[in-house]
Amino acid sequence: MSNNAYTRIVRDGLWDNNGVFSMLLGMCPTMAMTTSATNGFGMGLATAAVMAASSLLVATFRNHISQEVRIPVFILIVATMVTLVDLAMNAWMHELYKVLGLFIPLIVSNCLPLARLEAFAAKAPIVPAFVDGLCMGLGFTIALTAIGAVREIIGSGTLFADASLLLGPSFKFMELRLLPASMGVLMMILPPGGFLVTGLMVVGKRLLDLRAGKEIQMAGAHGIA
Amino acid sequence: MKDYALMMIGAALVNNVILARFLGLCSFMGVTTRIDAAAGMGLATTFVITVSSMADWAVQHYLLAPYGLGFLRTVTFILVIASAVQFTELTVRKVSPPLFQMLGIYLPLITTNCAVLGVALLLVEGRMNFMTSTLFAFASSVGYSLVMVIFAGQRERLAVAAVPRLFAGPPIGFIVASLLAMAFMGFSGISTG
Repeated sequence: MSNNAYTRIVRDGLWDNNGVFSMLLGMCPTMAMTTSATNGFGMGLATAAVMAASSLLVATFRNHISQEVRIPVFILIVATMVTLVDLAMNAWMHELYKVLGLFIPLIVSNCLPLARLEAFAAKAPIVPAFVDGLCMGLGFTIALTAIGAVREIIGSGTLFADASLLLGPSFKFMELRLLPASMGVLMMILPPGGFLVTGLMVVGKRLLDLRAGKEIQMAGAHGIA
Repeated sequence: MKDYALMMIGAALVNNVILARFLGLCSFMGVTTRIDAAAGMGLATTFVITVSSMADWAVQHYLLAPYGLGFLRTVTFILVIASAVQFTELTVRKVSPPLFQMLGIYLPLITTNCAVLGVALLLVEGRMNFMTSTLFAFASSVGYSLVMVIFAGQRERLAVAAVPRLFAGPPIGFIVASLLAMAFMGFSGISTG
């Protein structure tokens, strides 16, 4: 594959065809785990690891997986990768693991990994499939961190709070307090804020795409009109 | 008895699966364009969540816990759920062909509905007994169906509203869902009072 094709895959994954803002996949962790930028970042990285590993595996075995049973096989591969990530996070990032809790095993039923396996990794050679899985995962991380940052700044006035606790002491420099605690709008941390911020950020992406002269995507991957 | 009733109200309204726990959002945004489709999806999901929670409870207590296989939980649960969905499909086709006609395309999608796996994992975390966990699963899925139908009603009205082009489709859906979530937060007083 040419360099150009890789640039395309990276651009698609990170921005043009972003899993959250354009395809609207993987909404559950997007809403639930973006109460702070750190949580969103951790959730995104866990998903990216699962996506990269399962894309690699599916692309490796793509000629051995028969068409009829491919979906169960994909789900089992994703479930195995999720179990590995789950155990690894429990062992080495225990604080973050406790915060993300239920949503680590739920990566299995996140539509985004499965959609990329079906749409890309099942038909692509190993290296592009790995790059696609990784970039889609990183695009997901960027989206979750951005939504988390907005909710955290408005909701509690901080940015990347507890980063040193959850990600390790070397992330201490990221912890910021932008607004006094008394100015926090609690609603943004609570569920309604998740829906509101995600909705407005999808509009934001459309606005940016429109400015750049691109066609905006009106429907998500579900074909919602 | 009173404990069961309070627990069920809590699972259905206060900690609503969709609006408070953020599970099953794909179907929440995907199949709520019409009320009858949303009701059908709610009905099918209620059945699958209840059946698979009972099966997952048995698997957890008689297979995974005694043999120390907790690390296989995610893999086994997703297999149990996939089988429960298949079983539901067969049963519905046999018992009620008209219902099968209506639900047909939605049934296979339930496997990847994270509400199903999410409720099963919540039951394991909560260490509930069989009776409590079955009632919890049933109440959670009733709450799921309720919100699906309410939201579908709102989106039917939204379809004829003049929404700015940038907001059309999912974004306005999210904003409406945000208002609905705010309304459901009003139920959080029930658990204490």
